[in-house]
Amino acid sequence: MIVLENINKTFRVAKRQAGFGRAVKALFSREYELVHALSDVNFKIHDGEMVGYIGPNGAGKSTTIKIMCGILTPDSGSCEVDGRVPWKERVAHVREIGVVFGQRSQLWWDVPVIDSFELIRDIYKVDQKRYKNNLDELTELLDLGEIVKTPARSLSLGQRMRCEIAASLLHSPRTLFLDEPTIGLDAVSKIAVRQFIRKQNAEHGTTVILTTHDMQDIEALTERILLIGKGQILLDGSLDELKRRGGEQKIEEIVAALYKEYQI
Amino acid sequence: MKLYLKYFAINLKSQMQYKATFLLNIFARIVLAFATVAGVWFMFLRFNEVEGFTLPQVLLCTAVTTMSFALSETFARGFDIFPRLLGNGQFDRILVRPRGVIFQVLASQMEFARLGILVQAVFVFCYAIPNSGVHWTWDKVLTLVLMVACGAAVFFSLFIVYAAFAFFTTEGLEFMNILTHGGREFGRYPYAIYGNGVLRFLTFVVPLALFQYYPLLYLLEKERSVLYMFTPLIALLFLLPAYGFFRLGLRRFKSTGS
Amino acid sequence: MKEYFALFRIRFINGLQYRAAALAGLATQFAWGFMEILAFGAFYRANPAAFPMEFSHFVSYIWIQQAFLHLFGPYGGNPDAVESIVSGNIAYDLARPMSIYNRWFAENIAGRIARTALRCLPVLVVAFLLPAPFKMTLPPSLFQLAMSAISIPLGLLVVVSYCQLDNISTFYTMSRQNAIFVVAADFFAGGYIPLPFFPEPLRKIVELTPFAAMQNMPLRIYSGDIAGMDAVKAVALQVFWCATMLLAGKLLMRHSLKRVVAQGG
Repeated sequence: MIVLENINKTFRVAKRQAGFGRAVKALFSREYELVHALSDVNFKIHDGEMVGYIGPNGAGKSTTIKIMCGILTPDSGSCEVDGRVPWKERVAHVREIGVVFGQRSQLWWDVPVIDSFELIRDIYKVDQKRYKNNLDELTELLDLGEIVKTPARSLSLGQRMRCEIAASLLHSPRTLFLDEPTIGLDAVSKIAVRQFIRKQNAEHGTTVILTTHDMQDIEALTERILLIGKGQILLDGSLDELKRRGGEQKIEEIVAALYKEYQI
Repeated sequence: MKLYLKYFAINLKSQMQYKATFLLNIFARIVLAFATVAGVWFMFLRFNEVEGFTLPQVLLCTAVTTMSFALSETFARGFDIFPRLLGNGQFDRILVRPRGVIFQVLASQMEFARLGILVQAVFVFCYAIPNSGVHWTWDKVLTLVLMVACGAAVFFSLFIVYAAFAFFTTEGLEFMNILTHGGREFGRYPYAIYGNGVLRFLTFVVPLALFQYYPLLYLLEKERSVLYMFTPLIALLFLLPAYGFFRLGLRRFKSTGS
Repeated sequence: MKEYFALFRIRFINGLQYRAAALAGLATQFAWGFMEILAFGAFYRANPAAFPMEFSHFVSYIWIQQAFLHLFGPYGGNPDAVESIVSGNIAYDLARPMSIYNRWFAENIAGRIARTALRCLPVLVVAFLLPAPFKMTLPPSLFQLAMSAISIPLGLLVVVSYCQLDNISTFYTMSRQNAIFVVAADFFAGGYIPLPFFPEPLRKIVELTPFAAMQNMPLRIYSGDIAGMDAVKAVALQVFWCATMLLAGKLLMRHSLKRVVAQGG
């Protein structure tokens, strides 16, 4: 279970201005502004839930994810994942979570994927039996057969993403954070990834928190939606409820209308 | 330790994928190293000695310093390119893995081509060891080993400090170069030739002279106290503040995320 | 011409953005200059007669070297250029109505001037205010000053046209590794130790190479180490090498671009 209560986070950002004169001026004095990345964020996610975390760029999605992963400490408020405070018990906490950053790779670029898997196994101290079970299952479900013998750099984006997801699940985490897992994928790979995530959730009860801009991901995967804008949770409800509100409209249009309504 | 060897293997395997690049890199390192030696040699074609040190004695220093620098550059590469790890998000990945942060930074990056400098060191040692006038006994050999090993540790600490600064500023890092790359560059001569002020700084603030100048005096029997033999070990204390500073930077990173 | 100024301006503003970098660079260059002077000072004390330059000339040499480090350094030319050749993106550049050679040239010079503009003045001002023996001195005569004012931009052009050859060599090697180019230029241009410290037969040869036309000449002309007619000859050699390497670069560029087009990028 994940519980966030009154989480606040503020960043100080230097202003950068265009133009020659201003660039010279900025040499001597620089202005800063405070950005409220998160203000008073509250939500609860139960074990085995699949939650879609949506909002425009810069709304605070990745800040929240980073807090839940233990990468970032909030200014105030409390956050507990399975009873642990992520940034206080980093090592114990991250053993139980899996993270996929869609835009970055965790695989060693120049060696066969299987070598990366084995190193990850040793990093997480997964025992050989469980590793083999997990690997067999992931290989079958994600169709990794020959792919794992190839270096990551020679894989297509879709193949690589499947490997990334597998790499994040080798240690059987209770919670899986997916940050734009389908970005840039072709239609076939997208569907394969979605099917797999659904299965993982159904069979292992893995809690899934998914950020994405692809509303089809949301539609295919999640029952519950968290909408964040300008650092605030604007909406926390079920997908069905949202659909009812929108009537005949497609989910993209409903979300676009929401963005407009909240002026984010 | 076992895990470190696994990282070692995967790093080695990665770099062996590009043999041509790897060989070119090694070659570049060797050329670079010999340029430094040539610079010292040219000076001694003109001057017989400096501050009482002859060419082979100075080259002993050059080899010790470049070798320890190369060792720490190879194995502490992660700290050397730390700003890049921060910038491209690889450090975030390190934070979501259940192992020590410093261990992972250390283990995840190694660059073996930097060991090309060892070729130079071997050449120089072959020339300098018999010609430096050192009366080689076991304690002298041990001293030389301590110099190189502890020197690597001091440079390693400096790279940690450099990485720690990267938590605070991404662009102001260049000044650390005077200690890291400058330490190597100026360590081609015994640090004492830069005068007392510099020597004091390099003894008490950044202990570069502790693994180079003082044990050299012991090798050359200019000082006979065993204390001079063990000064490299005292330099190891520098690891502590470096480590503390890195922890401080890490705490800041966790609160600002940048 | 206008488009080159636009490029120049962008690079220049880009260079100005990094205030902390400039300050840090300043501190580094100071410390570096001091250490060099201290090291050579130790040799000077050991045997003043063997010192091949006047010590004050040497001190000026070091401070200008530090002040103009990024103007004359034979490194960091155009990493983007090398990258675009290796990755094959150069094909897109071919589609632009602009000579690639000239564009790289403009970018390279702009980057150098931007980085130097922020750093050289503070270094020079403080170097003039330092106590002896660290104090930097004015050139011995107005003639030397004028000659160095000609020699500095020429040195820059020589370095940049050399870097261009380095870039173009990437077409043939397809490797990002260019350390040999850099180390050779740095060493023989007097980046490690000034050329007067080279052993005699080697020095005579090196002084005829393009490397000597880089930082070596402007620095030694300013300090008065290369004086009178020798300074005129030195500047003539700079003009010669600059013209030769520009021409060679343009020809090689044409040749390698033909290869790129023939191979389809």
